[in-house]
Amino acid sequence: MVEVSDIVDRDLEQKPLVQAAYDVSSLQQPEYDDELLTLNFGPHHPATHGVLRLLSTLEGEVIRDVKPIIGYVHTGIEKTAEDKSYWKAIPVVERMDYLAYMFNAYAFCGATETLVGLEIPKRAQYLRVAHMELNRIKSHLVWLGTSALDLGAMSMFWYCFRDREEILDILEMSTGQRMHTRYIQVGGVAEDVPVGWADKVLAFAKSFPTRVDQYAALLSKNEIVLQRLRHTGTVDEQTLLGLGVTGPLLRATGNPWDLRKAAPYSSYDDFEFTIPVGTIGDNYDRYKVRLEEMKQSARIIEQAVEGMPEGPWITDDRKYALPPRHELATSMEALIHHFKLVTEGFRVPPGEVYFPVESPRGEMGCFVRSDGSAKPARVHMRDPSFVNLQALKPMIIDTYIADMIATLAMLDPVLGGIDR
Amino acid sequence: MPDATGLELFAQEIGDTDDQAVLGTVFFRDRATLLVSPKAVPAALQFLKGKGYTFLASVHGVDYFPEEPRLGVLYELLDMKTVDRITVKTRVHTEAPIVPSVTHDWPTANHQEREVYDMFGVHFTDHPDLRRILMPEDYEGFPQRRDFPIGGEPIIFTHSEAGGPGWWK
Repeated sequence: MVEVSDIVDRDLEQKPLVQAAYDVSSLQQPEYDDELLTLNFGPHHPATHGVLRLLSTLEGEVIRDVKPIIGYVHTGIEKTAEDKSYWKAIPVVERMDYLAYMFNAYAFCGATETLVGLEIPKRAQYLRVAHMELNRIKSHLVWLGTSALDLGAMSMFWYCFRDREEILDILEMSTGQRMHTRYIQVGGVAEDVPVGWADKVLAFAKSFPTRVDQYAALLSKNEIVLQRLRHTGTVDEQTLLGLGVTGPLLRATGNPWDLRKAAPYSSYDDFEFTIPVGTIGDNYDRYKVRLEEMKQSARIIEQAVEGMPEGPWITDDRKYALPPRHELATSMEALIHHFKLVTEGFRVPPGEVYFPVESPRGEMGCFVRSDGSAKPARVHMRDPSFVNLQALKPMIIDTYIADMIATLAMLDPVLGGIDR
Repeated sequence: MPDATGLELFAQEIGDTDDQAVLGTVFFRDRATLLVSPKAVPAALQFLKGKGYTFLASVHGVDYFPEEPRLGVLYELLDMKTVDRITVKTRVHTEAPIVPSVTHDWPTANHQEREVYDMFGVHFTDHPDLRRILMPEDYEGFPQRRDFPIGGEPIIFTHSEAGGPGWWK
């Protein structure tokens, strides 16, 4: 055993306690302006909402430069989809933007349906709208809960996830899954909704706007929220358009661009709803726009469920949709179709289609190229988070680092969608 | 969408200034695509910007293997006033996959061109920061090309490791 005192003694012998005198005048205090600090924000940081790394250059507390570094959760979904037949690619594609899986699935199915030239039954369109709007509310609830958490409001998180749980229950009832439901199929939806679903959805849609008002009462006039969101992260409309930003971020600057209104798909023109817009495009506007969007989504859901037409929920073209189960026992033809679809899948005429939809974060466009076989030759998702992330730099440059957290929260990136 | 006639008129007008620019037009499922030569991409996009297509929605790559030229880059343009879309497409060979960058005119193309470079190996000249974006910086190969095999990436688990466990030593 070495005694502690021994070590101390030996060290003292080898190293003199007092070092050679140095010139004090050389110890200048560096100029405050000269000193830049490079800070690695992430990839594992709860406020990045995923695995995002922001290489930021700081001058004191002010951000002078930021480089987003992405790709940490890149799983090659686009490549995987090329190896699956069209209807088996749907669950893979759904896992890109994991908060907006209905939109991923719809963009992909919509592109495939356009390539094939399929007519979608009216009931399927209404069911799609109801599910997509439920998904939009759910995605915005996750955004609101986690963003409020970033700003220090703990209880908002529980309230939002309580309501999100209700939506997940509804989705489980109609689709069998809480998340990644694979409900939207090429030609329609997987199954008709069960008895009692409509009542449950209506009860939710009727009560939800009051809940949004309660959230607004908690947050909108809160002193901390106002100080952190108002006049921070402001970017004007033209810069955002140049950067390709769409969705609530663009609408917060006063531009009412929304594909649901501008180029209605899936019977969106049957419903009455308004597009909330902001005025100056700061974080507070983004917050208000999303809050109001949730109420509008509840309105659409109510109309879609109340006005749901009777009829088939998937196309009756047996070349693209599975035949009903009971036909398999009686019809040879149905059995052949079933066998063909499950083994090889259906073939799609060659061509290229870009199919955009309005996701909770902006324009989500799916590009599908078919070479005539049963597998897509190329699937590309233009994910709004990927494009919107470029707007982070103009939003936060020359502001405080604390504002970066708030701005990133209001940007609402989903890293699964960014990296794909 | 511009109708088939409108698309031909655009092609004609671009061809008037540079007769090598337009290689063809495709009108499929009410969607207009203008096939231009790689060199003419910035000019064609500028021309369409003047026609009102001021929003570049998406830039993405395609591998047309085994057709030649193999690689394609697509630009999805959008006119927000008339809600009109048009696609500009260019094709390049894998031996010299060079396309002029449009990042200076369309800042949104920055990350998206980087992704096309990362996945397909298309070089965008005059791009301010052409680096890999999704794959690691030292990665070799272009994974979205059709001849890049699925499963080409070895995944090391302790049981599949050649030298047996103990790499941490």
